[in-house]
Amino acid sequence: MEILMSVIAGILFMAATYLLLSKSLLRVIIGTALLSHGVHLLLLTMGGLKKGAPPILGGKSTSFVDPLPQALILTAIVISFGVTSFLLVMAFRAYQELKSDDMDQMRGNDQHE
Amino acid sequence: MQLLHLAILAPFLFACIVPFLWKWVKNVHTGWFVLVLPVLLFIYFISMLRMTMAGETIRSVAEWIPSLGINFTVYIDGLGLLFALLITGIGSLVTLYSIYYLSKDKEKLGPFYVYLLMFMGAMLGVVLVDNVIVLYMFWELTSLSSFLLIGYWYKREKSRYGAVKSLLITVGGGLCMLGGFILLYLITDSFSIREMVNQVHLITGHPFFIPAMILLLLGAFTKSAQFPFYIWLPDAMEAPTPVSAYLHSATMVKAGIYLIARFSPIFAFSPVWFWTVASVGLITMVWASFQAVRQTDLKSILAFSTVSQLGMIVSMLGVGAAALHYQHSEYFTAAVMAAVFHLINHATFKGSLFMAVGIIDHETGTRDIRRLGGLMAVMPITFTVSLIGTFSMAGLPPFNGFLSKEMFFTSMLRISHADIFHLDTWGVLFPVLAWVGSVFTFIYSMKLFFRTFRGTAKFDQLEKAPHEAPLGMLISPVILAACAVSLFFVPNILSYSLIEPAMNSIYPALLTGGDTFHVHISQWHGVTAEVLMTLGIIIVGTIGYVTLSKWERLYELFPKKLTLNRLYDSITGSMEKRSYQLTSSYMTGFLRDYLLYIFAAFIILIGSALALKGGFSFTTKEMAEIGPYEIVLSLVMVSATAATVFAKSRLTAIISLGVVGYTLALFFVIFRAPDLALTQLVIETISVALFLLCFYHLPKMQRKKKTRTFRMTNVVISLGVGLIVTLLGIASSSEKTKDSIASFFTAYSHKLGGGNNIVNVILVDFRGFDTMFEITVLTIAALGIYSMIRTKVKEEGEER
Repeated sequence: MEILMSVIAGILFMAATYLLLSKSLLRVIIGTALLSHGVHLLLLTMGGLKKGAPPILGGKSTSFVDPLPQALILTAIVISFGVTSFLLVMAFRAYQELKSDDMDQMRGNDQHE
Repeated sequence: MQLLHLAILAPFLFACIVPFLWKWVKNVHTGWFVLVLPVLLFIYFISMLRMTMAGETIRSVAEWIPSLGINFTVYIDGLGLLFALLITGIGSLVTLYSIYYLSKDKEKLGPFYVYLLMFMGAMLGVVLVDNVIVLYMFWELTSLSSFLLIGYWYKREKSRYGAVKSLLITVGGGLCMLGGFILLYLITDSFSIREMVNQVHLITGHPFFIPAMILLLLGAFTKSAQFPFYIWLPDAMEAPTPVSAYLHSATMVKAGIYLIARFSPIFAFSPVWFWTVASVGLITMVWASFQAVRQTDLKSILAFSTVSQLGMIVSMLGVGAAALHYQHSEYFTAAVMAAVFHLINHATFKGSLFMAVGIIDHETGTRDIRRLGGLMAVMPITFTVSLIGTFSMAGLPPFNGFLSKEMFFTSMLRISHADIFHLDTWGVLFPVLAWVGSVFTFIYSMKLFFRTFRGTAKFDQLEKAPHEAPLGMLISPVILAACAVSLFFVPNILSYSLIEPAMNSIYPALLTGGDTFHVHISQWHGVTAEVLMTLGIIIVGTIGYVTLSKWERLYELFPKKLTLNRLYDSITGSMEKRSYQLTSSYMTGFLRDYLLYIFAAFIILIGSALALKGGFSFTTKEMAEIGPYEIVLSLVMVSATAATVFAKSRLTAIISLGVVGYTLALFFVIFRAPDLALTQLVIETISVALFLLCFYHLPKMQRKKKTRTFRMTNVVISLGVGLIVTLLGIASSSEKTKDSIASFFTAYSHKLGGGNNIVNVILVDFRGFDTMFEITVLTIAALGIYSMIRTKVKEEGEER
C-alpha cells in the first residue's frame, strides 16, 4: 500500500514539476496546487498506513491510526490554501497590470532595476 | 601598553589631529606640525641603539585578543631597529622636503599628511611587531596607505590606474603571506616569530614547510617588487615625488626584504629557499637594470633602478643562507653583511636621487629626459646631489655604493666556489649575472646623469625658466647625499651600531653563547677580482653608454605583446569580461531556467546521496494491504493528474485539478482521517472557485487555446523529480528505525487534553502554537489579498 501511495505521490510531483516549468502563470499555480497535494499524500504515507480506527476516542477500538501526521497535514492544507489564494490574486493583478500571463514576458532585466 | 607601543601608534594618533590642524591653521604649512613627530621618533629610536649594540633585545606585550594568541607584541632587535631608524629618519627628511614640494594653497595637504602618517605608523608596526597576525595587519595598512598616496592626484587617470594596480598586486601577495603565517601557526601553535624561531626544527621537518615558505616569499616578492611582480612599481611613480622617494625607494619596498631577513632563521636551512631567493633576486636585478636603460622618464628610470637594487639585496640575502651549511660561516655571512649595508646605502642615495628628480620636475615642468639637458650651470646644488647619487648607484668610488657593490661581488664570487645545492654546476652564473646587471646599472646611471645635466640646453622648450630650487627643498637631498659620501669614508660607524646587531638577528643560529658578528668594512683590499670587475664595468659601461644610440634599437625587437604589463592588463580585463559573460550566460532572467537549476540540483544531490548511502531499501513487511477502493481511487487520481497536465484548455486543467483534490479527500476518508477529509473538501471547493475567478478575468488575447511547447528537458526533469520522490517515499516507509510517538497522544488525549478527537486535541492543545501561526498565515494572506486588490500600481510616464 505504501508503495502504491509513494508512486502516486511521485506522479503528482512529476506533474507538478512539469507544470511549474511551463510558460503560463496559471499553469504554474496549478502546478503548486498539485505539488501540495503530493506533499500531503506523502506525509500521510510516510507516517504509515497501518489499519486502525480513526483517531477518535470513545469507541470500542483500542488501536488507532497515527494522529500526528494528520494534525501536520491539516496545518499544511490551510497554509497552502492561504499561499495559493494569495498567488492566484497576485496572478490576477499581474494580468491586469501587464496584460500578459506569459512568464517569459515577465522576465526582469537590468534596465528595470 | 608602554612607550614602545605608543611610539608605533603615535603616527596614527597624530593623523587624527592633522585634518583639524590643516583646516584651522591656514597660514602655516601643515607639514611643519607633522615634521615634529618623525624627528622625535628618530631620536627615540637612536637612544635604543646602545641597547641593541650590547646584544640585548626588548620584548613587550600589550594584550589584544589573548584568547586567540593575538597580542600587540613589540620586539626590538638589531634588524627591527635598523628599519625603524630608516623609516623615521628618511620620514623626517621626506616630510621636510614635502613642505617645500607641495604648495600650501593648491594641494589638499590634510589628506596627504594623514596618509603619510598612516603609512609611517604601519611601517613601524611591520618592522617592530613580533606577532605575525599584527604584522599582517600593519602590512596591509602599508598597502592601503600606499594605494591612497599613489592615487593622491585622483583626478588623473594614470594615478588611479597605478594605485589599483599596486593594490591588487601587493594585497594579493599579502594574502598569500597570511596563508603562510597560518601554516606556520598550524605547525608551531604560536603566532610569535620568536616562538617560531625557537621551534625551527619542528618546522623544517613538517610537510607544510615548503608551502609556508612559498606563500611567505610571494608576499615578500610582491611587496618588494621582485620579478615578475615588479610591474606595479613603475606605475606607482604617478604619486607625488616625496611619496615615491619615501615609499617606493626607501621604506615600503623594503618591507619584503625585512620579511625575508626576519624569516631567514626559519627557512634558510632549505635549498629551496637559497635557490628561490637568490635566483629571483638576480633575475630581477639583471632584468630591471636592462629595462631601466630604455626609459625616458626620470622617475621611470629610478623606479626600474629601485627594482634592480632591491633584486640585488634580495639575492644577497639568499646567498647568505649558504653560511648555515659551513663551518667557517664568516666566509658566507659576508653576503648578509653586504645586504644590510646596501640596504642602508640604497636608502640614502635613492632617496636623494628621487628628491633631486622632484626638484628638476618642479623647476622645469618636465621629467622627460629627451627635453632636458644642460642643467648643470643653472642648478649647481641639484647637480652635485645627483652626481653623488648616480655615481653611488653605479658603484663608483668615493661613494658608499662602491663599497656595497664590491661586497656584492665578493659574496657572489664566494658562492660560485661553494659545493652545496648543485652550486658546483651553476655557481659560476652568479658572478656573471651580477656583473652583467652592474654594467646596465652603470649605463642607466650615466644616462640619468649626463642626459639631464650635460649636453645642449633646451630651455626654450621648457614650460618654466629653470633655476635652482629654494633652500628648504635642498636640505633633505643634501643631507642624504652627504650621508652617501661620508659612509664611504667612515663606513664602520655603521658596522658596529647597525649592521652587526642586524646580522645577529638574521642568523642567530650561527652564534654560540654571547658571541656576536664582527664586521669591518674597508675601502681597499688591494688588487682583487672585485676591483677588476668594477674596472670592467666602467670600461664596458662607458662603451655601452657612448654607443647607446646604436644599440638602443635592440629594445624594439622585444614583442610588445609579451610584456608583463600586457599580461596584467589582459588578465584583469578578461577576468572582468569573462565573469560578465559567465554570469549573464546563466542568469537569464527567465524563471523557468532558475527552476530548472533548482530541480536538477535536487535530483542530482538527493539521488546521489541516496545511491551512495544505500538509501534504496525496499521491503514490503509491515505494509498495509491494498484493497479494491484504493486501486480505483488511484486510477482516478492518476488519470485526473494526467488530464491536468495534458489538458488543451485551461478550463479542463482547472476541473481536473479539482478532481485530484476531491480524490485526495476520498483517500483521507479511506485512510481514516475524517478531519482531513472535511477540510480538504471545503478548501478544494474554494480553490477551484478562485481558479475559475482568475480564469474569467483572463484578457482576450490570452484566451485562445494552445498546447504547450513540448520540451524534452522539462519531461526529463519532471520524471527525475517524480522518481526521486517515489524512491524517497518507499525508502522512508520501508525502514522505520523508531516507533511513532502516537501512543502518547492516544493515551493522554483524554486525560490531559480533555478531548476525544485526538487530531483536534493535538491541534489546539498539544501543538497549539502551530495552529496559532497558521491562523496568522491566513490573516496575512487575507490582508495581502485585500491590499493587492485595493492598491493600484501607478505607472510613470506613458501608459502601456
